[in-house]
Amino acid sequence: MSGESRAALAAGRLAGEEAHRELLLSVTVVARGIFGAQASSIFMFDEQTDELVFAAVSGHGEQSLVGTRFPSSRGLAGWVLVTRQTIVIEDAESDERFARDVAERAGYIPRTIMAAPLLHGEEAVGVIQVLDPPSGRRITPADLDLLGLFANQAAIGLHLATRAREAREALSDAAGDASELSRLAAAIDGLEDERRAAALALVGDLTRLIDAD
Amino acid sequence: MGDAAGSMEPVPVLPSQMSREWAFGSLGGAGVRVAVVDSGIERGHPVVGEVQQAVAVADDGERVIEDDEGDLCGHGTACAGIIRSIAPQCELVSVRVLGAGYTGSGPALLRGLQWAVEEGCDVINMSLSTTKSKFAETLHELADRAYFQRTNIVASAHNMPVESYPWRFSSVISVGSHDREDPLTYFVNPAPPVEFFARGMGVDVAWLGGGTITATGNSFAAPHLSGIVALIRSAHRMLTPVQMKTVLAQTANNADADAGR
Repeated sequence: MSGESRAALAAGRLAGEEAHRELLLSVTVVARGIFGAQASSIFMFDEQTDELVFAAVSGHGEQSLVGTRFPSSRGLAGWVLVTRQTIVIEDAESDERFARDVAERAGYIPRTIMAAPLLHGEEAVGVIQVLDPPSGRRITPADLDLLGLFANQAAIGLHLATRAREAREALSDAAGDASELSRLAAAIDGLEDERRAAALALVGDLTRLIDAD
Repeated sequence: MGDAAGSMEPVPVLPSQMSREWAFGSLGGAGVRVAVVDSGIERGHPVVGEVQQAVAVADDGERVIEDDEGDLCGHGTACAGIIRSIAPQCELVSVRVLGAGYTGSGPALLRGLQWAVEEGCDVINMSLSTTKSKFAETLHELADRAYFQRTNIVASAHNMPVESYPWRFSSVISVGSHDREDPLTYFVNPAPPVEFFARGMGVDVAWLGGGTITATGNSFAAPHLSGIVALIRSAHRMLTPVQMKTVLAQTANNADADAGR
């Protein structure tokens, strides 16, 4: 692979990461807008480590916490992830321990937290939280339904974005492998006749070995 | 056929006119074992009171062991407090399948439910669900087994357009939320799959550390109906699950003899 190709791939990957971040942020901005809320945040579920990753926040909240991880059963986000249920807590600030727990993630202490699982097919992609809709506004069953529907739409988008990111990573890895092979082929081609023949015989043996599987 | 029918035990039938006084009786859930398949129940919580038995699915996912961890996440304690507030005399059994190390683990959920069914619990509250279709068949079998042995599984419904289990099974009593404040108000849904609506909005629920917090969600509607089912079971021990659904429908706040004529 040429240096130019590698640069193009790296640039594409960078652009993909940027688009992924933009999508996450966009979801939180729209969630805030729908409910007139002070803030919204997204936690992505890392199944391999069994952790929730603080992935995006809009409105009040600490951007620097993006990327922090915590056990997936912890806090309201944990409740929602493990039960797959939409849940709202309305006087969160009255409980010091819970408020502190949330505050560690969001950078501010909300009164009301609406949280829904981000489900795509059989998988839990993560959790979305909407913090502090207008005070005095009563949460209704229609709000729960709306949050559930929006979470579903967001989960589809995030699932596709995650798949695209995985595909980019696979492509990048594959390009790396091809690059190695390309260097090997060039090296063999540059050998003197006798050593070149020996190297090609070795490659032939390797090919037969692979084919035998 | 005639001989077989002749050897059948008599079964209780429902009265033609049904009131809540008749349905709920006055025993407050006494003698009814209610399992809370969830994250555990905090011991000594003033809202929950005594927990008669607590078990957990072990790390191997197979063994069910005595549990003294209480509740590490709070969800089960919230559900248990609601059941206790409706049916103060019932027995509570905590079956811990959620929490540290069990995150969304379908096998632990299945094993916990299986244990509660095999124990012959009268009512099983499940304010949770799984989206893994590979567990659906086993869950369905467990739900049917519960149905045939007169165990009422009460499960919170999903308000999202996803396939999840076990609330969708007809052998289960599925519950969504209404926004009335009366804990004994419930509605029968003329347009299932969600069959009933119970209180689930702005509920003061038990919270870790002996306190309470205001919470909303179908997670809290299911235990309201579990408590009501416990009341009915204490007054009418031998009701079958199909009779239980009939009693709930007949005594629902929107039951109307003239509707649909």
